[in-house]
Amino acid sequence: MAGFDKVVASYEEAMAGLQDDMTVLAGGFGLCGIPENLIAEIKRKGSKGLTVVSNNCGVDGFGLGVLLEDKQIRKMVSSYVGENALFEKQLLDGELEVELTPQGTLAEKMRAGGAGIPAFYTATGVGTPVAEGKETKQFNGREYLLEEAIVGDFAIVKGWKADRYGNVIYRHTAQNFNPLAATAGKITVVEVEEIVDVGELDPTHIHTPGIYVDRVVLGSFEKRIEKRTVKTAE
Amino acid sequence: MSLTREQMAQRVAQELQDGFYVNLGIGIPTLVANFVPNNMSVMLQSENGLLGMGEFPTEDTIDADMINAGKQTVTTVKGASIFSSAESFAMIRGGHVDLTVLGAFEVDVNGNIASWMIPNKLIKGMGGAMDLVAGAENIIVTMTHASKNGDSKLLSDCSLPLTGKGCIKKVLTDLAWLEIEEGAFILKERAPGVSVEEIIEKTQGKLIVPDDVPEMIFS
Repeated sequence: MAGFDKVVASYEEAMAGLQDDMTVLAGGFGLCGIPENLIAEIKRKGSKGLTVVSNNCGVDGFGLGVLLEDKQIRKMVSSYVGENALFEKQLLDGELEVELTPQGTLAEKMRAGGAGIPAFYTATGVGTPVAEGKETKQFNGREYLLEEAIVGDFAIVKGWKADRYGNVIYRHTAQNFNPLAATAGKITVVEVEEIVDVGELDPTHIHTPGIYVDRVVLGSFEKRIEKRTVKTAE
Repeated sequence: MSLTREQMAQRVAQELQDGFYVNLGIGIPTLVANFVPNNMSVMLQSENGLLGMGEFPTEDTIDADMINAGKQTVTTVKGASIFSSAESFAMIRGGHVDLTVLGAFEVDVNGNIASWMIPNKLIKGMGGAMDLVAGAENIIVTMTHASKNGDSKLLSDCSLPLTGKGCIKKVLTDLAWLEIEEGAFILKERAPGVSVEEIIEKTQGKLIVPDDVPEMIFS
């Protein structure tokens, strides 16, 4: 790699340096926009004791669900989980810890983590189990919770196109948590469907500026659909 | 007769206004989209990062990168926008969404809502529900008035862990339209053919019954 060139040649290189017990932030919502090949590389690598921060935990046999198979995840920080039987089993057996976090708070925790804001106040979760053990403060007569930001040792991100400098654009709702995770990784790895030359992407349309990105890798994607709904013929 | 799911969606749709940005939860709230009056434009917000959700795609246009918050494949309407989850929840938490419709297990006279967790059952998570109830000014809760065993879901105090505190003002059940004010449910409308007595019997929390409780009108 030279200068701003972030492109790496292999998935092995893309995830180099990932160690046991690290925290990994992952983009994606359900199975949409998940870094499926970077997840597969973590499985191949066999890293254990991971804390994974992601809105969901995939399904049996796909997405983050594959990391449950060899018990690589110690803790999940998510807003909605349990679409997979293995997840439920490991949770009930006490092999997996889950920190349920409201979806907007989770997004903001990543955003704040990437922006150097250590914590923020929000009305979300006041008076609920989410508030247990957290500081509260009144602003303009309303109660707010203090929520801490999240930073990851790694962020794994799925983009649509990137240039060699790591400027990324996302496609449709596959954007979701990806640009937030991208800002909050000490090492941010983006896998994309297409790598283009520097200057080909319109600077006005960049979602994630290259400054946040450490490695870019080219992949091919299954893009499994979780709930296939189509319009019935009229 | 208690309202059908479609009638409940139809009654909620009567609260829509032209130019509203609306977030619809899963279940009955989703059906509200089918009853938007023809002369009205509303934009549906989906919390995974879409404003301007359209109908389901055809087999030819289906796209794995285009889903809604229920993870269903969808399309966009003209004028839609797509953004990150943080932007999506800035809209929700910043009070920019005009109407939020969501389901619940229980609601109480203080506007508390429980909708995400039944202790000792598998807990899947709150998703965006806590953000929606804390951030929205105008919320309609849709649910059945009582459980299958006849236990009221309109309570003096929610028995389940809360989703939000003091944030609910309007409730539509299969029996009635109610508003919450100063520690009581106020019976505003009843389902066609449902007696005030039946609603009183199935409401555990304090209920104020005005002299005149009109029946809901469906066109």
